Amino acid sequence: MAEVKNEMKFEFISKSANEGFARATISAFVAQLDPTISELADIKTAVSEAVTNCIVHAYDNRLGIIYISVRIYDSGQVVIKIRDKGCGIENINKAMEPLYTTGGTERAGLGFAVMQSFMDNIKVTSKQGKGTTVTLTKNIIPRVVKNG
Amino acid sequence: MEVKIVKESDTVTAFIKGDIDHHTAKDIRETIDTYVQEKQPKLLNLDFSGVQFMDSSGIGLIMGRYRVMQMLNGSIKVINIPVHIKRLIKLSGLLGLGVVEEGAV
Repeated sequence: MAEVKNEMKFEFISKSANEGFARATISAFVAQLDPTISELADIKTAVSEAVTNCIVHAYDNRLGIIYISVRIYDSGQVVIKIRDKGCGIENINKAMEPLYTTGGTERAGLGFAVMQSFMDNIKVTSKQGKGTTVTLTKNIIPRVVKNG
Repeated sequence: MEVKIVKESDTVTAFIKGDIDHHTAKDIRETIDTYVQEKQPKLLNLDFSGVQFMDSSGIGLIMGRYRVMQMLNGSIKVINIPVHIKRLIKLSGLLGLGVVEEGAV
């Protein structure tokens, strides 16, 4: 079992201005694992998708609190939990289908597809009327291996 | 986030600078649409050379402008795409729409 190297938690209200704050904060914390720019960009993009889902869908543009915890392991693994107490997802499989969106014509319906593609693993648990938790996992390859 | 728009005959080019996410997309969209509705160009270029970060809201932004330009019987082209957002563009299926600069991704 890999050991926990560090852990942090933060929460903020579901204002869209906080999308940038959330990904910058997580990015700064994960920097301890010495990720590549590309790995960091992947994490920032996935986090941005998850937080946007909380704002647009879970809280439907009303104010609520978004809870994030990040745990990093000495193996290089990053586990990010993004939780809301919003409306919940009625059909998770449907919500995760690429191009499916209830967000109108300006939303691409790619949020979950991006999270799946840019991270190594994603787990979604949701209860209608209670909220949703998205757990994103990525394995940062240690530099020694990267350098061959 | 900042949008600079220039017009040259029938072509309007919007230079987008900074981050494109759900928060910034609204202002970018409104700035571009207001300009485009007024000038009615044949071609709208979205120049992404100054985009530092983009999530799927950027894809929604491109698709939305594609529709706007279709209604004006014009077209759009996304140009100068930075390396770090190429993967997202590939994943989005936008390549099939013919709106991305050829050979860019």
